[in-house]
Amino acid sequence: MSGSIIRPYGDTTGDGMVQLSFTLPIPHDKKAEGAALQLARKMGLDPALLVHAKAMGPDFTFFVVYGSSTHLVNLDEVRVVEREYPLLSAKDANLAIRRTLRRKLVVVGACIGTDAHTVGIDAILNIKGFAGEKGLEYYREIKVVNLGAQVLVPELVARARAEKADAVLVSQVVTQKDAHIHNTTQMSAAFREAYPAGHVPILIVGGPRFEEDSAAQLGVDRIFGRGTTPGEVASYLVHEITVRKGRKA
Amino acid sequence: MSPTRPAPVLDLDPAVVRRARSLARKAAAPVVTIAQSHTTVSVERATLRLAGLAGADHERIPWVNHLVTAVRDEVGLEHGVTTPVYDALLRGEAPDLTTLAQMAASGNVSFRLPAGREAAAARRAAAKGVGAGLGRIDAARRTRERLVRRHGDPASTPWIYLIVATGDIYEDIPQAQAAAREGADVIAVIRSTGQSLLDYIPEGATREGFAGTYATQENFRLMRAALDDVSKELGRYVRLTNYASGLCMPEIAALAGMERLDMMLNDSMYGILFRDINPIRTFVDQRFSRQIHARAGIIINTGEDNYLTTADAVEAAHTVTVSQLLNERFAKEAGLEDWQLGLGHAFEINPEIPDSFRLELAHALLARQLFPDAPLKWMPPTKHMTGDIFRGYLLDGFFNLAGAMTGQGILLVGMMTEAVVTPFLSDRDLALQNVRYVMNAASGLTEDFHPPRDGFIQNRARQVLSEAVELLERIVADTDSAGDAPLLAAIADGTFGLMKRPADRGKGLDGVVRRADGYDNPAITALDAGVPAKAARR
Repeated sequence: MSGSIIRPYGDTTGDGMVQLSFTLPIPHDKKAEGAALQLARKMGLDPALLVHAKAMGPDFTFFVVYGSSTHLVNLDEVRVVEREYPLLSAKDANLAIRRTLRRKLVVVGACIGTDAHTVGIDAILNIKGFAGEKGLEYYREIKVVNLGAQVLVPELVARARAEKADAVLVSQVVTQKDAHIHNTTQMSAAFREAYPAGHVPILIVGGPRFEEDSAAQLGVDRIFGRGTTPGEVASYLVHEITVRKGRKA
Repeated sequence: MSPTRPAPVLDLDPAVVRRARSLARKAAAPVVTIAQSHTTVSVERATLRLAGLAGADHERIPWVNHLVTAVRDEVGLEHGVTTPVYDALLRGEAPDLTTLAQMAASGNVSFRLPAGREAAAARRAAAKGVGAGLGRIDAARRTRERLVRRHGDPASTPWIYLIVATGDIYEDIPQAQAAAREGADVIAVIRSTGQSLLDYIPEGATREGFAGTYATQENFRLMRAALDDVSKELGRYVRLTNYASGLCMPEIAALAGMERLDMMLNDSMYGILFRDINPIRTFVDQRFSRQIHARAGIIINTGEDNYLTTADAVEAAHTVTVSQLLNERFAKEAGLEDWQLGLGHAFEINPEIPDSFRLELAHALLARQLFPDAPLKWMPPTKHMTGDIFRGYLLDGFFNLAGAMTGQGILLVGMMTEAVVTPFLSDRDLALQNVRYVMNAASGLTEDFHPPRDGFIQNRARQVLSEAVELLERIVADTDSAGDAPLLAAIADGTFGLMKRPADRGKGLDGVVRRADGYDNPAITALDAGVPAKAARR
């Protein structure tokens, strides 16, 4: 066997042993146990060993199965897409900001247009955060200015300038007739007009309706879609300020 | 709830405890005065809901919102919404509240501020109308007391508290019933992400929510009815919990009272600190909602666990104590009794640090002993749940053990898949097995467990309490240039965690109105007069 082919390791090289637990929507009896073993075999466990079965209420049964996986892993065929920036913890993000900027990173956020749904921007900015991650307000080295909903583009530009924003986050959740696209292009154009070339803040839009690869068309630096967590945004910001600083240096 | 009061085991200095309480009282007093001199759009809407105004227009904007907006635009809210509204009804502008609200929505009714005899008549009519809602709350409380007598309370404490959150009330119902059959004593229906920042309450039964289900009157009714069925089946009254927080706190409280919810999440500062809701708005709304909860016999659950998830649980331990003391003070002021105070705390110390379990025991005992007659809401680890479900299961076991050893009243069941997925059916079953094993094996430890005098646990508890007193001293001495109440100044300058929340900022500020001299709100008048003793009539 070449070095690039591996199997799971239980207690002996090549034994292929894995553990697995799952629930089937049937009452616990002999047949249920047979059903569990059938599933395990179809998942490639052979031999499969049913080590635990327990009724959970009248209609469900919980199983723990051990078995040897018949599948081989070929390391040469493993393909991973590397994110262009590393995911940082809040602590590391803070450290990187302090090191790069020697001051706080200023983020101005808003919902623009008629959209009154601040769910997205609040999930990213409010300290409460989203999906178990604290929002950007939680980061010691980030100053957050959340302008809330229905902010006009000129107002957003003015506030970004007044706050010396490093980054502007715009959320568009509920939109009709591509309003999110019009609003975003209008916003990015306004920033390019108001700032000298090369000094426009990092422009980020977020929302479930954007296509993630359309950033260039919309004139923004980054698009974040559904399910984005504050940590991803913070990590991106750190990455981007580092890149920009490198460009200036 | 059966008494969980253990013998005092911490040797706290009674003088320090008294000092802590008197500082909390001192910090709260000016804020209560502010609450008593303001109203909010949500308080006024809640009052109309008590008067029976329900429903929404075709765009699902509730009639209470339409009516309050119309009155505010024409005569302002500083005298309260009910006087101009009932004046309009007495003048024959509309036959009932719903028609009046519909006409007001299209601008077809004019409001005025009546004077003299007409004002008195409008106030009498308003008191009668709103009294009907308070009567519904009283009746719901009597029904609960009757059902608890019939079906019984859980056989032992802590009560087992489980969460359901599918987004679809019709999915929530079978899940909640299954959870009750598996042993849950309290079912909490988590709200949809973002509902706390909606300035209206959605209408009707809802089937689409994000990471939770909308709190609506109809959803409350459906779930309570489903739990009544399962209570009967199990011979044990299963309680229902929702969230009186966010911009509609008073209205949610009113609906909860009328629909016989049993517990409500309700924290005095959570919305300010973690949701950036305006401080004045929060304190005004909170007082009203707590008065309703007091009347309804609802147990509140406070949100101290949030302090520990945003800061280090050892360094910030005293902020939990401070928040508990403030929550207790604001609750007592609003008429809640000790048995209604599910003061929160959580098992969030980093398991990597030495003696983390001893520290948890010290903190849990401190809360237990400071608030001997409160049920206390014990919250499981979330911050140090890493996705390693095996380690998480062990951590939850230690959490359960701490709960058993320190006599907690309400135990929120921890899931090993916390921060991984919404719990599988099997996760819930395993979590309940964990709780049952620990309670069976160790709940008697409250009898044996006496930390030695001046040992690690006693010292740690005393240290946390003295840090809490120091923080309270800083709070009552705080000032700002606007001359705000010290607690507001402290909130503004970031005393609590990392959040700076000035009193003139935050969401919902435009819904705050200073009361005029002639302000009248028949609900507040009745609630200020206290819980009618007959609410607990047999």
